[in-house]
Amino acid sequence: MSRMKNNYENSRFMRFKRWVDGETDLLLNTMEIVPAKEPAAGEREEASKDSFGEKDGKNPPVFSEGRGLLYFRRFYQAVSVLLCCGIILVLLWTVAYLPSFGNAGNPDNNEVSARYIEQGLQETGAVNIVTGMILDYRAFDTFGESCVLFIASCCVLVLLRIDAADGDKNARKRLAESNDRIYEPKNDVILQKCACVLVPLILVFGIYIVLNGHLSPGGGFSGGAVLGSGLILYLNAFGFEKTQRFFTEKVYRRVTLCALTFYCLAKSYSFFTGANHLESGIPLGTPGAILSSGLILPLNICVGLVVACTMYAFYTLFRKGGM
Amino acid sequence: MSFVQNFPFFSIIIAMFSGIISSVLSGKKARNVTFGAILIILILSAGVLHFCSGQGSYTYMMGHFPAPWGNEIRAGVLEGLTAVFFCLVMLLSVLGGMKHTEQDIESSKHNLFYIMVDLMLSSLLALIYTNDLFTAYVFVEINTIAGCGMILIRQKGRSLSSAIRYMILSQLGSGLFLIGLSLLYDVTGHLLMSPAKEAVAVIEAAGTYGIPMLVIVAVISVGLAIKSGLYPFHYWIPDTYGYATPAASAILSGLVSKGYIFLLIKIFYRVLGQENVIASQIVNVLFVFGLAGMVMGSLHAILERDMRRMIAFSSVAQIGYIYMGIGLGTQAGMIAAIFHIFTHSATKALLFISAVGLYEVSGDRKDYKSLRGSGYRNPLAGIGFGIGALSMVGFPMLSGFISKLLFATSALQSPSKMLPTLIVLAVSTVLNAVYFLRMVITIYSIPREKEKSMKEGESLPGSWNLRLAITCFILLNLTLGLFSQPIVKAIGNGLAMFA
Repeated sequence: MSRMKNNYENSRFMRFKRWVDGETDLLLNTMEIVPAKEPAAGEREEASKDSFGEKDGKNPPVFSEGRGLLYFRRFYQAVSVLLCCGIILVLLWTVAYLPSFGNAGNPDNNEVSARYIEQGLQETGAVNIVTGMILDYRAFDTFGESCVLFIASCCVLVLLRIDAADGDKNARKRLAESNDRIYEPKNDVILQKCACVLVPLILVFGIYIVLNGHLSPGGGFSGGAVLGSGLILYLNAFGFEKTQRFFTEKVYRRVTLCALTFYCLAKSYSFFTGANHLESGIPLGTPGAILSSGLILPLNICVGLVVACTMYAFYTLFRKGGM
Repeated sequence: MSFVQNFPFFSIIIAMFSGIISSVLSGKKARNVTFGAILIILILSAGVLHFCSGQGSYTYMMGHFPAPWGNEIRAGVLEGLTAVFFCLVMLLSVLGGMKHTEQDIESSKHNLFYIMVDLMLSSLLALIYTNDLFTAYVFVEINTIAGCGMILIRQKGRSLSSAIRYMILSQLGSGLFLIGLSLLYDVTGHLLMSPAKEAVAVIEAAGTYGIPMLVIVAVISVGLAIKSGLYPFHYWIPDTYGYATPAASAILSGLVSKGYIFLLIKIFYRVLGQENVIASQIVNVLFVFGLAGMVMGSLHAILERDMRRMIAFSSVAQIGYIYMGIGLGTQAGMIAAIFHIFTHSATKALLFISAVGLYEVSGDRKDYKSLRGSGYRNPLAGIGFGIGALSMVGFPMLSGFISKLLFATSALQSPSKMLPTLIVLAVSTVLNAVYFLRMVITIYSIPREKEKSMKEGESLPGSWNLRLAITCFILLNLTLGLFSQPIVKAIGNGLAMFA
């Protein structure tokens, strides 16, 4: 004798069917750690307004309020602090078992560093062994590093560059808002006088560091940073009108492209000849002379240009969302 | 030295160079350059694969200085196979997501997206081919930044916050990896993989530096596990894959996390020595977390309402499978894990790309209700999603079946881990079936009131590139499923060459 079920709506099968159809929500009334869903196409406009929160003066409730959540957060904070302490302890404990620093018998004092030190000068032609290592022995890694800089600057461009060219009203408004040139003190005499003295010195010093990278401490990365900071000081003292006469986005792109292309092609040639045991035919010159050590000098110039441009570009992008 | 041996180096440089020149090109030209570059690299990688399966592996000097002094890359069967496969998945993902890439991204920033794609490909290739630990780290950095850029380039919705989350966790992983490398350099004095392995063997034989070695293995494994999204560190996955532009989601889920796993396997075999890693018990930790991920990822996916987030949570489960295979600690388990890398990158990219086809005919809504009947509105995307779902569940003839079979058979070889593996495999398969088949049922079920209007004439096949990509992905999946034997054999050969 089967009993007729009159509450058919609540039977197991119906519940399952509703779940398959997506009508029930298993997450309802449970603590949800996953933040709110992305709004669908139509609602996106409004959502983008309050997703930043400042306009309405309040943040959207990403998490549902509740006592459970509070405890969860406390617990989470405590555990994360404990975890960090644990990792720090483990690493310190490991350090105690490592070979002592500066000991002559350490494993890293092997034939690798011996050859770098003893034969680096003959093989690379660079008086500065470090430059010889990064731009000749392990040049592939350094090429990777300069690509890291390149892609990082691309990411900053993605984030901060505002393109009004689309005729987009919003973009133009953002451009006007982020342009802080109107607030900057114009013609600050102290800054300008100091900059008049300092900027040429800084730029010449930067160029010196780049050009002497293979002879003395320095090189493309450090010299480029000095050059970039000189440009930024100049920009701060005299404003965008002056710098835009010689440094626009077009210039930036062209310089970066030329430098990285030259780097890429020169090193490809060198890798190719090296791997196929061919003579590269690039003279090493007399060690100590400014025109020596083969490809290292031009590569240093390339790296310097990329670094200087990247630093300057970062600064202008943060200032006004463009160059 | 044969000319073919230059190909790994050429493919890395071509990918980087196309990224560099894309910075001055317009979006359309950058796209063409990218497609051209990926195609050329695909052909070059096939050449490498062909050469290595005949002649064995070789190392290639990057510059004029031999191994312990200069940089070096290495190619073998496994490297060639992975490179071919990654290029194929990359090509089809970019192709399939092209329309949405153009919609989601401001038109003046299209070329920046293709720069990210190019540099991502170059870093993946470098991670595959590298024979130098520091080169690996440099390209891990490029990979991280490019991945971050790919996520945040769609400046809508929650993609910015998910990019920040991705960046923080990924940097944590990179940091741990770097700490591991520095410790390793401190005790071995080498950065090149082959000399470092010899030094590790000496250390293990002498028994000095026991604790640093243990910490090195742990820190490197955990660092790369965070970056590839193993279970307790998976919280960046759903947001990242769910809110990025579809091509980026497919690339991130299909390739980026796999690149790190490949690097981890390479480090295990080529530097630390697989037997040392097994002796250090780290594989057991990976095994346990892999098992946990298989179950928890599927449970989260069942609770999810948004289609793309569901697919993303399913990735957590699949990454768990791969780590379980590594954690078995046997050759067969490793082969199964590598085969599952291929399976998952082909299938997950297929799922993301066909999901695009399904929700673009449902008014860009990704919840179950709106997707109802979308399989009729875009038939090919429906079929693609169905095949991808069946493959993930482990339906015979599809690639997922083969990898499940390989996992099960390899579990039989390690008696202590057999029972948990088989049980969790079964549970996870059932859970996979629950959410994937539910979605398949949803996209093929029509609410009664709309029945007429939906069946009549509203079939939108989508753009040609989407259809092409879905078809190719389906074929790729069937190939992996039907002709798995040569691939499995090649993986075995490649692993033997690693040692």
